[in-house]
Amino acid sequence: MNTVVADITYRAMLGRKRIWLLVLLPLALVVIAALFRLIGGQDEHTAVTLMRSFAIGTMLPLLGLIAGTGVVAPEIEDGTIIHLLAKPISRPVIALTKFVVAASLVVVLAGVSTFAAAYLLAGGDSGVATGFTLGAVVGGIAYAAVFLLLGVLTRHAVTVGVIYALVWEGVVGGYVPGARKFSIQQWAQSVADHVSSSPFFSTDVALGFALPAMVIVTVGALLWAGQRLRSLSLTGDD
Amino acid sequence: MTTTSFPVTTRQGVLELAQVSRWYGNVVAVNDVTMTIGPGVTGLLGPNGAGKSTLLHMMAGFLSPSSGTATLDGRPIWHNHDIYRRVGLVPEKEAVYGFLTGWQFVLSAARLHGLPAPAEAATRALDLVEMSGARDRRIETYSKGMRQRVKVAAALVHDPQVLLLDEPFNGMDPRQRLHLMDLVRRMGEEGRTILFSSHILEEVERVAQHIEVLVAGRHAASGDYREIRRRMTDRPHLFRVRSSDDRRLAAALIGDPSSNAVSLTEQGLEIQAVDFGRFTALLPRVARDLGVHLWQVSPTDEDLESVFSYLINRSSR
Repeated sequence: MNTVVADITYRAMLGRKRIWLLVLLPLALVVIAALFRLIGGQDEHTAVTLMRSFAIGTMLPLLGLIAGTGVVAPEIEDGTIIHLLAKPISRPVIALTKFVVAASLVVVLAGVSTFAAAYLLAGGDSGVATGFTLGAVVGGIAYAAVFLLLGVLTRHAVTVGVIYALVWEGVVGGYVPGARKFSIQQWAQSVADHVSSSPFFSTDVALGFALPAMVIVTVGALLWAGQRLRSLSLTGDD
Repeated sequence: MTTTSFPVTTRQGVLELAQVSRWYGNVVAVNDVTMTIGPGVTGLLGPNGAGKSTLLHMMAGFLSPSSGTATLDGRPIWHNHDIYRRVGLVPEKEAVYGFLTGWQFVLSAARLHGLPAPAEAATRALDLVEMSGARDRRIETYSKGMRQRVKVAAALVHDPQVLLLDEPFNGMDPRQRLHLMDLVRRMGEEGRTILFSSHILEEVERVAQHIEVLVAGRHAASGDYREIRRRMTDRPHLFRVRSSDDRRLAAALIGDPSSNAVSLTEQGLEIQAVDFGRFTALLPRVARDLGVHLWQVSPTDEDLESVFSYLINRSSR
């Protein structure tokens, strides 16, 4: 962890228009929950549906994508990353620092908004708010690592990330039960399911699989990103 | 290829490329280049697309050679982030963190290097490039030349032994350019190893005595550019001579095989010498024997442009 790298990365993420992209979805989640509550539609079933489809199913992967790729991909694209790489700092440390920044943003934004929205709709009943918040936090950490890796691996990180989140997790995971085992979204829901006792909610993936899978994916993606950054080639304008 | 050995007396800050090639798919960007860059200022010269940036990126550790080795003081450069303790790099790309001020940018460089007194180092570096007055403005408000100078300040903040600059004078106004040229020259005289790439001959000529010429990915020449020019014996040298009696001097010189054309112009004599050594020895002797005073003897084409054109033409034959 390098504090200077973290400082520059936080400034880049929060000091520009990207902050609105980051804040938009969590804000929308809370506003939707508040509207439901205003019209008297707050109940546990609504809370679980909104958390599964919007908080974990839509907001979390998109936040992970924006933050995970955003901490590194634009710098590689425009060459500013040379300022960090041409220093006597191990590149895996740079990758780790970038990950900490991305993960912290996702954890705070997704965690706070998920808890607020779920609490507005279901209060403290059945551990829905706590369960989904915990699911969003651990899922957000895994998403941040995977999308950071994509940002280092390819210049089309956002496209690949959207395809993974929407096509694999959204469409394929919806119809092919086996695919759900390899979905961060499902792993996050598994954590939520384990904490919550809500009768409106159950998942296919066992916590015994989801938790180790998330740890392996997060650590693996980080190690790979560090190695990849170590061998990052930058070309000039010959 | 014309080569001269570089007088390396120390192993401090010596960059070495040994049979380095770099290719992208079927395209060869750098082809079997061997060169040694030691203390002093060296100009890496070549037209756009010659492979200068590719070569510089390999020396800076941002590109691995497809074959051959690139080392700094005998240690591999690729996959070795420790070299940046001794290397400063000014990339050609203009991109810098626009949301930082010049001060924050250079200070961050000092802190990333882990310097004991980062603020002092940043102040010194900004002073060196005359950017102290604009240090609190965001970089996105800087002109291209100011961005270039702040990049140079960030590269110098840790007082590196080796400085690599990719087209460093791009975008600078004439005054800034002269100031940076002077700074580069001074640092070279202090014993630092400075390599800068350029496709502008006048820049290289003003700053570097020693040049490495790259043409179409190949190492076309190496050494003092005047020396390189002299060694090109297969190309005539053009001299302009003004004397007390141009006509008599012309008649005497045309009889010697060291020159193959002599013409009388309003500005004096224009002599095309085919044997540089013989001609430069003959001219003063003939003038003395004839009792002709020489007012001016100047090689008209011994500038970098002519050396460069010659090397390009020779390489493409």
